[in-house]
Amino acid sequence: MSAPNSAPTATAPTIVLVGHGMVGQRFLEGLVERGVTERARVVVLCEEPRPAYDRVQLTSYFSGRTAEDLSLVEDGFMARHGIELHLGDPAEHIDRAARTVTARSGLTVAYDSLVLATGSYPFVPPVPGKDSRGCFVYRTIEDLLEIEEYAKNCSSGTVVGGGLLGLEAAGALKGLGLTTHIVEFNPRLMAIQVDEGGGAALRRTVEDMGLVVHTGVGGKEITANADGAVSAMALSDGSSIDTDLVIFSAGVRPRDQLARDCGLTVGERGGIAVDERCRTSDPAVFAIGECALAADGRVYGLVAPGYEMAVVAADEIAEASRESGFTGADTSTKLKLLGVDVASFGDAHGTAEGCLDVVYADSRAGVYKKLVIGADGALLGGVLVGDAESYGMLRPLTGSVPPVAPEQLVLPAGLGAPAAIGPSALPDEAVICNCHNVTKGSIRSAVTDHQCATVPEVKKCTKAGTGCGSCLKALTTLVNDELEASGVSVDKGLCGCFSYTRAELYEIVRTLRITSYAALLDSHGRDEARSGNGCEVCKPTVASIIASLAPTVGASGYVLDGEQAALQDTNDHFLANLQRNGSYSIVPRIPGGEITPEKLIVIGEVARDFGLYTKITGGQRIDLFGARVDQLPPIWARLVAAGFESGHAYGKALRTVKSCVGQTWCRYGVQDSVRMAIDLELRYRGLRSPHKLKSAVSGCARECAEARGKDFGVIATSNGWNLYVGGNGGADPRHADLLAQDLDDEQLIRLIDRFLMFYIRTADRLERTSAWLERIEGGLDHVRDVVVDDSLGLCAELEALMADHVAGYRDEWAETLEDPERLRRFVSFVNAPGAPDPTVKFVPERDQVKPDLTILSGPSIPVRTLEGTASR
Amino acid sequence: MTMAPERIDVRVELLIDQRWFAVCDLSDLIPGRGVAALLPDGTQVAVFLDRTGQAYAIDNRDPFTGAYVLSRGLLGSLGERPFVASPLLKQRFDLETGRCLDDEGVAVQAYAARTNDGVSAQVA
Ligand code: SRM
Ligand SMILES: Cc1cc2nc3c(=O)[nH]c(=O)nc-3n(C[C@H](O)[C@H](O)[C@H](O)COP(=O)(O)OP(=O)(O)OC[C@H]3O[C@@H](n4cnc5c(N)ncnc54)[C@H](O)[C@@H]3O)c2cc1C
Ligand code: SF4
Ligand code: FES
Repeated sequence: MSAPNSAPTATAPTIVLVGHGMVGQRFLEGLVERGVTERARVVVLCEEPRPAYDRVQLTSYFSGRTAEDLSLVEDGFMARHGIELHLGDPAEHIDRAARTVTARSGLTVAYDSLVLATGSYPFVPPVPGKDSRGCFVYRTIEDLLEIEEYAKNCSSGTVVGGGLLGLEAAGALKGLGLTTHIVEFNPRLMAIQVDEGGGAALRRTVEDMGLVVHTGVGGKEITANADGAVSAMALSDGSSIDTDLVIFSAGVRPRDQLARDCGLTVGERGGIAVDERCRTSDPAVFAIGECALAADGRVYGLVAPGYEMAVVAADEIAEASRESGFTGADTSTKLKLLGVDVASFGDAHGTAEGCLDVVYADSRAGVYKKLVIGADGALLGGVLVGDAESYGMLRPLTGSVPPVAPEQLVLPAGLGAPAAIGPSALPDEAVICNCHNVTKGSIRSAVTDHQCATVPEVKKCTKAGTGCGSCLKALTTLVNDELEASGVSVDKGLCGCFSYTRAELYEIVRTLRITSYAALLDSHGRDEARSGNGCEVCKPTVASIIASLAPTVGASGYVLDGEQAALQDTNDHFLANLQRNGSYSIVPRIPGGEITPEKLIVIGEVARDFGLYTKITGGQRIDLFGARVDQLPPIWARLVAAGFESGHAYGKALRTVKSCVGQTWCRYGVQDSVRMAIDLELRYRGLRSPHKLKSAVSGCARECAEARGKDFGVIATSNGWNLYVGGNGGADPRHADLLAQDLDDEQLIRLIDRFLMFYIRTADRLERTSAWLERIEGGLDHVRDVVVDDSLGLCAELEALMADHVAGYRDEWAETLEDPERLRRFVSFVNAPGAPDPTVKFVPERDQVKPDLTILSGPSIPVRTLEGTASR
Repeated sequence: MTMAPERIDVRVELLIDQRWFAVCDLSDLIPGRGVAALLPDGTQVAVFLDRTGQAYAIDNRDPFTGAYVLSRGLLGSLGERPFVASPLLKQRFDLETGRCLDDEGVAVQAYAARTNDGVSAQVA
């Protein structure tokens, strides 16, 4: 592209960037923003075979993100701004006198300004055997590709280094199915970020996940087998680990060799020395990012300070005035390591004079939170492990005296802590997005001055939220607050078809007794949506509302009747769960998890006769996978004949009520939990709701049924039952809160009736009880007022609605089997009802079957010709 | 709704190699939903009926997962244009053109479709 030895001309100065990593790309964007690319030639020498990508999210490659997903460079960015990018061609030599850089290919470019953004390299400790086959580092996409390939033939792996990156690498190995060891020289994990208490909480959680942690020891020697491949690692305490693979993650070192070779000043412990303007000892050369030793004498191993340097350097080169240079940065971090939230910010170790700690620790739950409070009461920093929910709020408060007592900031919700202080309580100078150093003030002005009307627009305008993403929650709240304050009504409508929320639509359907989706769309839809086809969001939502209210508004309770059939998601439409290859799974109801041997035998026989993959679920019942759509009716005919009914595993409806064995058998039990679980499951079966509903009943406080992880959970006491509500497992677990104590059977059921109907009436689409309880104004106290103390006078109505539901319940599968018109839908092909779908195929796996996915990978597959079958 | 079995053979036909090919009866379709059908060469198509009674057909294969399931998605409209949302990962496809509305680079084949009462069936 560019001619070698091209000389800089007076009109178009040349800027050369060495290293196209995260900071390099931010620097290029900085040049573009300042219009520099329009008047200067920009040349980028990039060592890696691909343009800049998001190294911070590197590990997400293992959870399915592709190399393209990770790219940081917008399509066409280089071409649009005339930037010359040389991939796979690292700079090898700098001649400062001649002001030229020479790359490996021989390309020599003369520069006016040279910017070094070469990042770091992983430090590999000088352990004997470190070069054996199977030893890796964890820095680039190429490293990950190699690890992934090599791990296919391994059963165990070891990560040397238990810091931030080490834990990520360990998580990746675990995800690849290896038995994983972590070897850390320090006495605790993540020694830099967390203190002793935090390290202990972290360790417990990491060990609970099945990883083996060795702290306070170093790797002494790596032994290889006859082929030169890693087989074991000896540790400094004399022990040894069998391991097939080793990842070194023992810290990074700045890549300053180029700078050393051309005589630039480097720090004693490495790093290219720069001043506040990011200039090295040669004013024509800049260094930014992880390769630089900043003016405060530190090398920053995080992306946010690097981005700040990139902006400073771009300013310098653009000769834009800038009040402050780069004098140091905050090293706060929030990560989700192996699924554990870990955050540290500010003076996490409490080094300031006279500071004091406020600590909350719950080792059972693996939660540890510490705040460091200065002598004047200001928040100086902190460590959060296991629950970093409040990080987004706490970090911007750093440096100021918090508006509430510090102990209230660490107590978990539901333990007397006040509603978390929202972003509205923060001053304008508070930094909301740490990655891009965006203050609350800039976010507000993006809305007020730059007319951004949505979160994505604000992200684009300010860059806030486009780094690690940890500030997104606070950002969304701020943007919505600001929009509302400036009189813009935030569209809270359900979807493009309705400007009402789900709760509002529920009220409309209930009071106007609307039984048809089309009628609701035409009368209450947005103007532009009326008489259209609706959409995939509101159809199932309205179907669910009509189903919950069916007996009350006079609609058919059967979800496949008439128009209702056209509204259901595929799962509800076929009364089974869709699987990845287009087959379906079947989950018969097993109330309370109690089942007779005869019924178990029937399930076994059905699974055997239809070749279904069989698995015990986490919900105390049995899932049968791999049925074709046309097999569902014959399978269910046998199940229904044996007394089974639909388990609604496919619906946003009641799923299971789990139980422990209870008083009947257990020596500790104080109530009959099995009977209560069965009663509850039979009472609420078929109840359709905004999201799925789960429950459990435990026979004593030992809580073997995990009732506090459920939407409504019941725990026996010697006087009756305690009712807990708003529990959740899943991605964002929450323990249920106590709603009422020592209830007798009748009181318990009445209260659950009211609670469920109040939730169904007021929750948003796909909002579990946990999220609903946290969102609604007044929270648990409000719900208690309404359903226990009847503050709104609604209780009688809520109970009547539930009574209607209970009386109207009929098994969906039994009803379906009775009606030939309904059964007509269960065919693979409308014009070949007898023909099975040839793409639903299975291959063997551990004595059972699994989907044959190879069949789905091609653009089309050869299929037996079915000439003639089309004309019936 | 009027799903009464009228049975006056109204056919749903697709234009395949310049010929109209009957895939099913109109009464096999529910407005707002689809069915899967086989073409003579074994290709799977997804056939839909919208609220106004207009029929559409696109490939049954969901290009995002490879599974043959588009016929089981829900219909919707974006402005005037009808679409189906894949039942697996919910990407939407324009029923007239087959273009994916959530990913510009992706499209499935769309077929011309019509309903025909069988009287004027002599369209070559
Ligand atoms: C089969 C089962 C896994 C297993 O083999 O054990 C399972 C399988 C699925 N779960 Fe689950 N979950 C199963 C127990 C659980 C549990 C454990 C429990 O219920 O005690 C949880 C955590 C508890 C909870 O829900 O709070 C659980 C949390 C989820 C979540 C996360 C929900 C959340 O609020 O965060 C989803 C996603 C969702 O519903 O949106 C989910 C979604 C799914 C779906 C429906 C995903 C999908 O849309 O295809 C899976 C369907 C399987 C199928 O096709 O049959 N599954 N899932 C379990 C069935 C239990 C049953 O008998 O009905
Ligand atoms: C797995 C992982 C997780 C991380 N998680 C976080 C996190 O959660 N938060 C956080 O703040 N930071 C995190 N980091 C650190 C973050 O990625 C770095 O701080 C950031 O990438 C530094 O940017 P950089 O541009 O200075 O260096 P890099 O992104 O490393 O880019 C330097 C580039 O220069 C190239 N190069 C080097 N020498 C030459 C040469 N002579 N010629 C041409 N090119 C050359 C290199 O090949 C590389 O592509 C993580 C890092 C890793 C590896
Ligand atoms: S955890 Fe649940 S949703 Fe996730 S893959 Fe397993 S079964 Fe599916
Ligand atoms: S703090 Fe990382 S994106 Fe905002």
